[in-house]
Amino acid sequence: MAPTDQRADEREAAFYAIVDSDGRIEPRDDMPEAYRRTLVRQIAQHAHSEIIGMQPEGNWISRAPSLRRKAILLAKVQDEAGHGLYLYAAAETLGVSRDQLLDLLHTRKQKYSSIFNYPTLTWADVGAIGWLVDGAAITNQVPLTRCSYGPYARAMVRICKEESFHQRQGFEALLTLTRGTPAQKAMAQDALDRWWYPSLAMFGPPDSGEQVSGGHTEQSMRWGIKRFSNDELRQRFVDMTVPQSEVLGLSIPDPDLRWNEERGHYDFTAPDYDELFRVIKGDGPCNAQRLEHRVTAHADGAWVREAAAAYASKKREQAA
Amino acid sequence: MRDRYALALGDDALVLAQRLGEWVARAPELEEDVALANIALDLLGQARTLLTYAGELEGAGRDEDVLAYWRDDRDFRNVLLVELPNGDFAVTMARQLLFAAYQYELYDRLRASTDDTLAAVAGKAVKEVHYHRDHATQWVLRLGDGTDESHRRMAEGLRAVWPYADELFDGDDVTAALSAEGVAVDPATLREPWTAYVGGVLAEAGLEPPADATPRRGGRRGLHTEQLGYLLAEMQHLHRSHPGVTW
Repeated sequence: MAPTDQRADEREAAFYAIVDSDGRIEPRDDMPEAYRRTLVRQIAQHAHSEIIGMQPEGNWISRAPSLRRKAILLAKVQDEAGHGLYLYAAAETLGVSRDQLLDLLHTRKQKYSSIFNYPTLTWADVGAIGWLVDGAAITNQVPLTRCSYGPYARAMVRICKEESFHQRQGFEALLTLTRGTPAQKAMAQDALDRWWYPSLAMFGPPDSGEQVSGGHTEQSMRWGIKRFSNDELRQRFVDMTVPQSEVLGLSIPDPDLRWNEERGHYDFTAPDYDELFRVIKGDGPCNAQRLEHRVTAHADGAWVREAAAAYASKKREQAA
Repeated sequence: MRDRYALALGDDALVLAQRLGEWVARAPELEEDVALANIALDLLGQARTLLTYAGELEGAGRDEDVLAYWRDDRDFRNVLLVELPNGDFAVTMARQLLFAAYQYELYDRLRASTDDTLAAVAGKAVKEVHYHRDHATQWVLRLGDGTDESHRRMAEGLRAVWPYADELFDGDDVTAALSAEGVAVDPATLREPWTAYVGGVLAEAGLEPPADATPRRGGRRGLHTEQLGYLLAEMQHLHRSHPGVTW
């Protein structure tokens, strides 16, 4: 064996020794190129989801029905921008800049969560996003706090704390509606009707079909990036959410939803995965709008970023 | 009379918070989404306290939401400056500099108010506004002394908002009576320190204070720009569609 190959083998063995002992890979550690690429893709997609997700909720900041709700919503959307910042910073430790990643988002080469391609039509949608979408995100993300890549795992600790706060706020906003007038309750039910299946689809394609869609579950599990399969997480979300819907007094729009004593889980109707794939491919109700908004904001801000860079370099020259 | 004073200061903060909220998810960079949302939140917090206090003083059972959502534009008492449309980032930063510099001087003095509530509001807000002023200052410097384009836009932004600065220093019967009692700050006394601060920033940024601007005023008397009606229509419609409910 050539000495270089031997060193490569030793490096790979050292990497797996860390991963297998549930340790953390840090930015300066050796890591397989495919591991690095997978993490960049996943972290970037997560970061993009945070910043695109600001749009459907930001849509209601100006119209929030009380000043208290306006403050809560502003703070929440601000948190999402903050999550985007930590996640782009986590990706930077893997050698890609925020600018590069934003370019990939703007040119449709990287994706964001398909859930944000649905419109927020009423105030109750803001509550439903907090309750269901943030609830699903937490289910997905809590295991990531134990992810093998240190900077990502640590970013997720803070993000999950804030997301769980948002989830409670969303639930509380809906609870207020369901205890209100018939019109408010109807608004809450309508939001649940529209957001239920897209939220279930947030966990991705079913485990059995993942190979067909070019899924990454098995490899990501080997690398300690993913801990549970899509269907396991989806089931966990349903089991957690059904009792909460009962507290709210809302009906989940699934006639086949029922407790299965034998399995110890709820049986439920799977989301329409064809719809999921259509939305992922760009054919959801708001894909074009979300991306155009994002690209326009970025383009409109170009002169500001250029000015800040020019000013900083003038100051550096003056100091030199 | 104190209620009218608290209402005017609260309306300033509320309307500007509403305008800044429009920037969220549109800012030139992610850090600015965070910063502008943060400033909007600070202002909204000030507005809520001041409107609540105005309602208590009035004693007619109006809370912060009744005051925010059930008055029409002729009853709003904010200065015109804060209701001006955002324009581009330079217009917004020009408006921020002028307003934050004013609010800083105001709250700094209002801490000594003989009214405990106003003094407490000012004590908290002055720290927030110190940051708002610094944020605007840094951007006016970067844009004024950045590129040719940013300099041109910053100068235009300044020209767009400058006519509305004078109104910040207008007194009326309320401020005259209340400042005599040590409750309020006489707005006219803020002009000198404001001019010194803003003038210093503009000089460092290579910008001139626009010379030939005709002052625009009227907000404190309920005579607003056409834009306020649209801002309020958007802000108030959902609340008004469901009268009397809890959100």
